[in-house]
Amino acid sequence: MTQLQSTAEAGAASPSPASAGTPAGRNSGPARSGTSGGAAPAEARSLLATAWLRIRRSKIALLSLCAVVAIMLFAILAPALSALSGNDPFTSNTSPEVLDDFQTPGLPLPGYMYPSAQHWLGVEPGLGRDLFARLAYGGQVSLTIALLSTAVSVVLGTVLGAAAGYFGGKTDAIISRIMDLFLAFPHLLLVLSLTPILQSRLRDTPLGEGSFLPMASLVIILGFFGWAYLARIVRGQVLSLREREFVEAARSFGASHISVLFRQIIPNVMGVVLVYATMLIPTNISAEAALSFLGVGVKDPTPSWGQMLNAAQSGNWYLSDPWFLAVPGAMLIVTVLAFNLLGDAVRDALDPKASRH
Amino acid sequence: MITFILRRAGSLVLLLTAVSFITFTLFQLGPADPAAAACGQECTPERVAEARVALGMDQPFLVQYADYMRGLFSSRMIGAPGAQSVCEWPCLGKSFQTNENVADIIGRSLPYTLSMAVGALVLWTVSGVGLGLLAALRKGSPTDKFIVGAASVGVSLPIPVTGLFLLLVFVNQLHLLPFTTNEINSPFGPQGPLAWVANYLLPWIALAVLFSASYIRVTRTNMIETFGEDFIRTARAKGLTPRTVTFKHGVRAGITPVVTMLGMDIGLLLGGAVLTEQIFSVPGLGFTAVHAAISGDLPVTLAITMLAAFFVIVANVVVDLAYAAIDPRVRLQ
Repeated sequence: MTQLQSTAEAGAASPSPASAGTPAGRNSGPARSGTSGGAAPAEARSLLATAWLRIRRSKIALLSLCAVVAIMLFAILAPALSALSGNDPFTSNTSPEVLDDFQTPGLPLPGYMYPSAQHWLGVEPGLGRDLFARLAYGGQVSLTIALLSTAVSVVLGTVLGAAAGYFGGKTDAIISRIMDLFLAFPHLLLVLSLTPILQSRLRDTPLGEGSFLPMASLVIILGFFGWAYLARIVRGQVLSLREREFVEAARSFGASHISVLFRQIIPNVMGVVLVYATMLIPTNISAEAALSFLGVGVKDPTPSWGQMLNAAQSGNWYLSDPWFLAVPGAMLIVTVLAFNLLGDAVRDALDPKASRH
Repeated sequence: MITFILRRAGSLVLLLTAVSFITFTLFQLGPADPAAAACGQECTPERVAEARVALGMDQPFLVQYADYMRGLFSSRMIGAPGAQSVCEWPCLGKSFQTNENVADIIGRSLPYTLSMAVGALVLWTVSGVGLGLLAALRKGSPTDKFIVGAASVGVSLPIPVTGLFLLLVFVNQLHLLPFTTNEINSPFGPQGPLAWVANYLLPWIALAVLFSASYIRVTRTNMIETFGEDFIRTARAKGLTPRTVTFKHGVRAGITPVVTMLGMDIGLLLGGAVLTEQIFSVPGLGFTAVHAAISGDLPVTLAITMLAAFFVIVANVVVDLAYAAIDPRVRLQ
């Protein structure tokens, strides 16, 4: 829960604020998706199929899904789109035809500040780089960091939470105490202060090459500090799941604990995991933006939405060129909002007990 | 009650020790070499070695940790043999950058952070709980839908964007408020409470927009749930006025999750609103931590992180105690 609120300060939407007050409410029985506990692949398919069926019924859910797909495509197609516009995110153009050089040095001249046929979103003040290309490439960086760090947290949270719930006893005690600790830490502060430290260490490894370094370190740090909340939820689900007949059946056929854990237990909690994964993505998007904004994440010349916000604040450019703040700001808000609404929809679809609207 | 408090205090001490130990480990044994960071730009291997001795890093790790913790209880000597200086109680080490006692730096930053926290807290609790309650009472109405929609947008507004937007509009364009100044850090200063409010109003709003959104959602869902419970029906059946039912019965029972959030958020904010302080250049704990983190000033980041964790953990215990006072159904065992 601490994580939830600490990233909230980071401008992150907390995963499921609606449920924040009553974590215990989640720990009630898995009797939801696939009560028979059949084979894993069939389970996973029916889960997604159920989700899709329910999402299709809600206008907001459908709209947010479309928005998320469009944003992803925008980022994936960044090279093609910016080639189409004839620009790239790194070439600067400080010629006096583009940037003012006497009244406010560096400020784009009116024809270049705002969208035009040549520069679809205008150019940056200071260096005159194309804003559209930077926004698209920045999306690649921001979304890659958010998705990969979510993946790291989800794998850690699912495996550790399931192991704690399934094995119980000492394993549970140890993992649960670690979860408590992780939840007690002031997240943003710790992430903020550890990122430069991690970067200095990664510098000499294969991960430390150029623009790759900040991305790798953000993925590791955000992933490593984001698993505890999910683990707690998964543990609660598994506690009751492990008492079910199909687990006993699998054991009596001679399946090992590890096999039961990965083939019987974990497939049965995928619904909850999917819900929390969807909610963790916008949190991590905001966290990347926050860290890069603070100057410890992605740094110029590599673009990311947080780096662009940082550029807008540095030198107070946003005061003379508000458009420069509006572009990454609006993109960030729309993206986080779309993912949040999609997260709510996925939760309503897969975890009806948790939906309390 | 007494045993409950004693037991919570016991686990509190354990948790705090664990948090301090882990933070210390992460920072001291963590990937970067603190000695190299302390020694600065033009560093030779010999000077790193000297710095290592000066920082006590030639000692076994547990000795370092014990030394550090001892500083919490008494003054201690710091630095290389021959060049030692006193680090007054409470000693949290000395800044690599300015050689200032970290406790003094924290003492200087804390009033700013408090100023930020107090106003934002009042603003978002009043608006969040108020609007959430209103939405719950008018469930399904256009008012409700509007509030819920606004809350969905609110949780998606990143602080850097709202903060800079507020500065742009209200300070730069409309000239309604001044840029924040370092000179005001309490309502009781020479400039008076009005200047204090004017100085911190925008940071408060930036924080409150985001936080009140989650308070609206939590208040609304919990109040709706509570209003559906049997004891509310009983209270209505007894012929109590709607006002009494809503506020004396409903709110008391339905507000506990909000108290949990509030406790955590207070704990969190006391550790510094990192982004907001940075945007509005308020030199509180968060601002100080960012600059220390960027310049590799480990003692400062370490101490602020520990202090922030301390606030969060203590807030948790206070929340548990507050539960019993608010909700008559809660009994402490």
